[in-house]
Amino acid sequence: MELKDVSLKEVFRYLGYHNNVPDQMVQKIAFDCVTELLDNCSMKEIDKRYCCTVENGKIIIDNHMIIESKNLSKNLADCKEVILFAATIGIQADRLIKKYSFLEISKAVVMQAAAAAVIEEYCDQCQRRIETELEKENLFLRPRFSPGYGDFDLKHQKDMISLLDCTRKIGLTLTDSLLLAPSKSVTAIMGITTTNRHCHIKGCEACAKTNCNFRREESN
Amino acid sequence: MSILNLLGKRMVFFDGGTGTLLQQKGLKAGELPELWNIEKKEALIEIHKNYYEAGSDIVLTNTFGANRIKLHDIPYSIEQIIMAAIQNAKTAAMQACHNKKGYVALDIGPTGKLLKPLGDLDFEDAYAAFREMAVAGEKAGADLIVIETMSDIYEAKAAVLAAKENTNLPVFVTVVFDEKGKLLTGSDIASTVAILEGLNVDAMGMNCGLGPHQMLSLAEKMLDCCSIPVIIKPNAGLPRTENGVTVFDVSPEEFAEAMTKIVDKGVWLVGGCCGTTPEHIQALYQKCKQKPILPIVPKHKTVAASYTHAVEIGKKPIMIGERINPTGKSRFKQALREKDFDYILREGFSQQQKGAHILDVNVGLPDIDEVEMLVSVMKELQSVIDLPLQIDTSDIVAMEKALRLYNGKAMINSVNGKKESMEAVFPIVKKYGGVVVGLTLDENGIPAKAEERFAIAQKIVKTAEKYGISSKDIIIDVLAMTISSDQFSALETLKALHMVKQKLNVKTILGVSNISFGLPQREIITANFYTMALQNGLDAGIINTNSEAMLHSYYAYCALAGLDDNCMDYINQYGGQVTSSVSSPSSTSDISLGTAIEKGLKERAKEAAEQRLKEMEPLTLINEELIPALDHVGKGFEKGTIFLPQLLMSAEAAKSAFEVVKLHIGAAQTKKDKVILATVKGDIHDIGKNIVKVLLENYSYDVVDLGKDVSPEIIVETAIAQNIKLVGLSALMTTTVTNMEATIQLLKKKKPDCKVVVGGAVLTQEYADSIGADHYAKDAMATVYYAQKVL
Repeated sequence: MELKDVSLKEVFRYLGYHNNVPDQMVQKIAFDCVTELLDNCSMKEIDKRYCCTVENGKIIIDNHMIIESKNLSKNLADCKEVILFAATIGIQADRLIKKYSFLEISKAVVMQAAAAAVIEEYCDQCQRRIETELEKENLFLRPRFSPGYGDFDLKHQKDMISLLDCTRKIGLTLTDSLLLAPSKSVTAIMGITTTNRHCHIKGCEACAKTNCNFRREESN
Repeated sequence: MSILNLLGKRMVFFDGGTGTLLQQKGLKAGELPELWNIEKKEALIEIHKNYYEAGSDIVLTNTFGANRIKLHDIPYSIEQIIMAAIQNAKTAAMQACHNKKGYVALDIGPTGKLLKPLGDLDFEDAYAAFREMAVAGEKAGADLIVIETMSDIYEAKAAVLAAKENTNLPVFVTVVFDEKGKLLTGSDIASTVAILEGLNVDAMGMNCGLGPHQMLSLAEKMLDCCSIPVIIKPNAGLPRTENGVTVFDVSPEEFAEAMTKIVDKGVWLVGGCCGTTPEHIQALYQKCKQKPILPIVPKHKTVAASYTHAVEIGKKPIMIGERINPTGKSRFKQALREKDFDYILREGFSQQQKGAHILDVNVGLPDIDEVEMLVSVMKELQSVIDLPLQIDTSDIVAMEKALRLYNGKAMINSVNGKKESMEAVFPIVKKYGGVVVGLTLDENGIPAKAEERFAIAQKIVKTAEKYGISSKDIIIDVLAMTISSDQFSALETLKALHMVKQKLNVKTILGVSNISFGLPQREIITANFYTMALQNGLDAGIINTNSEAMLHSYYAYCALAGLDDNCMDYINQYGGQVTSSVSSPSSTSDISLGTAIEKGLKERAKEAAEQRLKEMEPLTLINEELIPALDHVGKGFEKGTIFLPQLLMSAEAAKSAFEVVKLHIGAAQTKKDKVILATVKGDIHDIGKNIVKVLLENYSYDVVDLGKDVSPEIIVETAIAQNIKLVGLSALMTTTVTNMEATIQLLKKKKPDCKVVVGGAVLTQEYADSIGADHYAKDAMATVYYAQKVL
């Protein structure tokens, strides 16, 4: 990933700026944070394709992972297959955030927002690569949907991590309280369809929490 | 015959992958392969047998994840699974048509959890899980223990200690490097080697992650720094997905061919990992069984390591920062007593920024619990600073505990020529690994003469050898004594230094600053003595890296002694600098204190506070300028005209102004009520809590920061013990809000007059109400306003 790939606008959105433009000092800090992250982080991802059935709010993946979620069912409507996906930008991001929490808390919050923007951009890039591959088979991808979104229970992080062998393959682990560690990581399910519907790579606009302080403005 | 007797006599062969073979036999995704040891043992016996017959000397049991952290809610005990697994391998060894002895290795893989501080698994809990496996493995008759696929060197250390402390079996370790030669947690090859050699493992190497082609250059790097047998077990190439199935492309022939190149570099043990089959091992065996064994050349390098990198001592002089030490520093003593780790960490950071290669850590004070303090400070430092540390203590219990929990291969300060000291320190050094500082003093004190100090150094090195500690892991300190009491003491020290370096052939270290004790302008003497010591063979100076004069000596010496290629370090350090030390007038000097705070200008805020204090009382300054500026910024934040980074920059500017004010009136006078802040149990994200802390401190609240992942009991006990009236709790996830609720309930029961304010990503007013919180803080400033209201 290159510096130009990461949208500073997204960094500012995570910092709560909405459509406001930060002053030069903050812009410079954001630029430095993204640079430092890209210099230090080691990004890794894993994705696997599974068959699935979706019926009455119940999704069954690979004949054994059972998820009850209306929101995810809607997202996966008509899908016969899914991609299970996990990605992380690694432990260095956590170390940098922690380091600046002690040295300069203002930079720590920007680093945290920058790391969020970097992992999202990384997921988008992975998703585009997967889409290109699927296009060869005339297949298309639905937006990614993660445990914890809507009524997709967080407990399914366990299944995702174990099915994808995340710990061994990309060093992604779960804490007892189901937090991902390293923290700047994503797991998600993406439906595979035969119909080319307009796909939001970004899940933000699709979220039901419309009063969120960090919601991406439609105009962006 | 022990497997160890085979090493070096001929090539030794491991087995290959089992995962894909089990899948072929019907193991489903998500199914626990370890259960097959009992439920489908025939399948495993067959796989093991095929490997023995293909040429494997050592077969790994199917126990990769058979630890209590991964396996729970299963109908068997860990011991039953391990017993069965070992029995399966033994049965296979007996059944195999094989003219060699078939060795059975207990396979130990990672727990699948990330260790603290970045994850939530405690080092000792990981240790206990591994211990259970190791003990069961030895009981069941394993010939050796292979700890494999480790991607965190700290977890590997827990496993090695568990195996070594509880069994007599040989211990081999293999880790997973990426193509850059790094573990997932950041360790490079040199540090991994230093740490595992220090822990006395019998053989080490790498497995998984890469194919044989990619591993060649990494194997070479490892052989370059390793003095014990090396193991290489690649995958059958890099994984690729085909129709949803993971496949590996390297054929048995290609695998064997690529492995011959690795074997030719001097590797003693080979095998395969993911995607390799009995066919791969058979091809490998046929190609390599007759290969000559290259002797291992001991590297004799003196190396300390952090969890990311190694620092070699003796190539080029290194600087050890001396500032984390309370001696003569009242501010540091206060920080220790108040457990003000932020202050201590900043001392660490500033030394790292100045170029220190290693940090000395001394927290000895008569009235504190040194064991607990040393471990806490060390952990805090290691959570954010990646330099190797020098554990500096005379308390043996503290030393052992710190070395056990240190993530890396530490420096240890110190042992001396006294029998008692050597008997206490050397066994610890041998067990955990480390580079130990040997002080040339003994029962009779510090000898005046260089020859006598040399004799003690000699005794230390010889005695260490008896404990199995190589002289490469000893670094001698011939002790610098002030010239203010004996004008010839510097010369005697330099003479001893020279002798030790030349005749004893060990590395040298010196606490340089002592030399000038009692003299005016100490820096002049210390810096010049430092140059003289470097010229006489000093490898590691323990110095004040914040002193420009010391840095001048260091960089000038390295440049003059031909140790600085093209003088690049010197030029980087001093090129483009104006030689005049007169500072140019600041362009911001007309900015008022209030404006400096509002604009977040740290340096200017400090200067402005200093200027204003010449004209007004400290408390007036706080109430009339500092606080109003902060209030103004806070209001802007509330209105949405100022955003979080600016709010915090202002807070930091105010903090630097406060520090100036505190020098005038003392911290105690400005402090208001105490407030506890904690991230609740189960939650390891603390940035929100840290933000609130900075803001509360701005408003002079005395914040008792209990950190993250804090149990309800600790929070309540602290509130009672210090009679605290306000507790702030943070939680990020719905899964941890339950612990927040438990904390609130316990507080309401045991300390009913204590108010609770909560905040965090998932919380809302309704949610906060439902768990019984007194107040919901929607953003960073809300806690400050609530504190102002209730305290």
